[in-house]
Amino acid sequence: MIELQDATKRVGNVIHIKPTTLTLQTGHFNVLLGATGSGKTSLIKMMAGLDPIASGKVLMDGQDVTRLNTQKRQISLVHQFFVNYPHMTVFDNIASPLRVAGMAKSEIEGRVEEAADLLQLRPMLHRRPHELSGGQQQRTALARAIAKESRAVFLDEPLANLDYKLREELREQLPDLFAGRGAVVVYATSEPEEALLLGGYTALMEDGRVTQFGPTADIYRNPENIAAARVFSDPPINVARVTVSGAQARLAGGGGWQVADMTDGEYMVAVRPHRVTPIRTSDADVELTGRVIVTELSGSDSSAHFQHGEDAWVSLAAGVHPYQVGEDHRFFMNPAHCRYFGQDGKRVA
Amino acid sequence: MRTENQKAWFFVLPVLGLVAFNALVPMMTVVNYSVQETFGNNQFFWEGLGWFEQILRSDRFQAALGRQFLFTLLILLIEVPLGIIVALSMPRKGFWVPVCLVLMALPMLIPWNVVGSMWNIFTLPKIGLLGYFLNDVLGINYDMTQQPLSAWITVVIMDVWHWTSLVVLLCYAGLVSIPDAYYQAAKIDGASPWSVFRYIQLPKMKTVLTIAVLLRFMDSFNIYTEPFVLTGGGPGNSTTLLSIDLVKIALGQFDLGPAAAMSLIYFAITLLVSWVFYTLMTKDDAQ
Repeated sequence: MIELQDATKRVGNVIHIKPTTLTLQTGHFNVLLGATGSGKTSLIKMMAGLDPIASGKVLMDGQDVTRLNTQKRQISLVHQFFVNYPHMTVFDNIASPLRVAGMAKSEIEGRVEEAADLLQLRPMLHRRPHELSGGQQQRTALARAIAKESRAVFLDEPLANLDYKLREELREQLPDLFAGRGAVVVYATSEPEEALLLGGYTALMEDGRVTQFGPTADIYRNPENIAAARVFSDPPINVARVTVSGAQARLAGGGGWQVADMTDGEYMVAVRPHRVTPIRTSDADVELTGRVIVTELSGSDSSAHFQHGEDAWVSLAAGVHPYQVGEDHRFFMNPAHCRYFGQDGKRVA
Repeated sequence: MRTENQKAWFFVLPVLGLVAFNALVPMMTVVNYSVQETFGNNQFFWEGLGWFEQILRSDRFQAALGRQFLFTLLILLIEVPLGIIVALSMPRKGFWVPVCLVLMALPMLIPWNVVGSMWNIFTLPKIGLLGYFLNDVLGINYDMTQQPLSAWITVVIMDVWHWTSLVVLLCYAGLVSIPDAYYQAAKIDGASPWSVFRYIQLPKMKTVLTIAVLLRFMDSFNIYTEPFVLTGGGPGNSTTLLSIDLVKIALGQFDLGPAAAMSLIYFAITLLVSWVFYTLMTKDDAQ
């Protein structure tokens, strides 16, 4: 378990991490999800002890480690770049932290081989990093993290520099690799899809703070604010202005529906692209008419960007749909999937 | 699709002309001299490989070659480790980086003959600051104009002063290009500073070190100006390095044939040793 208590990080006069309180548990992936520059790496470095924290505390298993140096924290870190000792073989690379820790030779061998088997590195044990492919190099770095007995494993966008196929393959394996090892696993990524696939808990990060933390599925379904909704959506979530008066919601670009329990006023409504379809799916659907600006076909999904009043919308639907760019098309949205946010960005309903 | 035409040659021609003008033609003149004897009046007599044989057998050449290797070995042994140590102790970021870099670059910006004169005046006994200090304050008997050992120490220190910066700057460039992630990995493993040097910094500096060693070898092996200005090859012949000897033969005695043969031998040795260095230092990567 890692606890952050009002921890902040500052470089010079610039605050990189605003006061953050967070408890990360073992037994599942803890995903830090945020755009580049949102503070994921900073937060990891604070927990890893690589960067000093300006105020607040870091606790590991209840023990205050705020001033404890990195080595004594018993952690592992896998980077976005493939970091291995260039002049050591794969075996020595995996064994290096164990040797520094003074482990017996036979035990080192056993652990290295176990980790190598898990990551299919056994045939490469006597090669050097520069003789390996990028995927093998990153697997070596992962094997080092696995072989070492760590209380926490930090994975800082470990798949970002791998090609698509390898990324999918390794991502599938990752949860199994770390399951049952008793370490807190922290995984930083900028891809909402990765957070959903890895499950566990997700902390949404924006501008040096954790905006929301909880079980991944809950956060996906119930973003607390418009920023969280935007971060956790790929393709980007539709956000439109809506006016509520007398239990009736009306979009600025036309189209309305009934809402309950909302006071009159101006709101933002957010709805995911796959909830906006070119075909009516239920009687409750609201019809939106918009001029199609761009269409894309990805795999068996078609998406259309259309202009509805002053708001730009995206529809993502399964199957191939015959859109005509520049023509008006009808789209349907079920208001049940709408999330409402106030002008301050906070969730209202 | 490929178009066959000879236009490309026109782009290569200027370079070819330049190289021919500044390298090939003078080189061939030297080859021409090395196999003939001349007594002036542009009269030449075929000599074959005689001059080469004479040079290679002469004690004078062998002694100069020995001194040359000793000198190069000494300065490599001092400048490379010293350069690495200085580069390691330089700051990686902040206000002092440009200050250090400029200070380091300064000795290299000074013209070679000025360096020789500087060290000559600096080390003269009685007159020079260092010479006076060593003799009259510390009571050490030091005179680079009279004692071979003093002369050697001075020549070596002068070169170290002049050229260690090159090794420093190259190593420094290698060091700053190492991503922070490597140091973090070492920190997480709890690696000692020696391990960080041995397993991260040294391997990552290898390419620049190869270049540094090669450059320092070639420059020091061909060194002429500084020791010539400082000691003139003396006292006696004690600091007469190959190039100084060569100039003595060519311009002092006007023995163009032997001088040309010696130039070619000199060139061949430099080339051969550089090649051996390069092959040895890059052997690992080829495997």
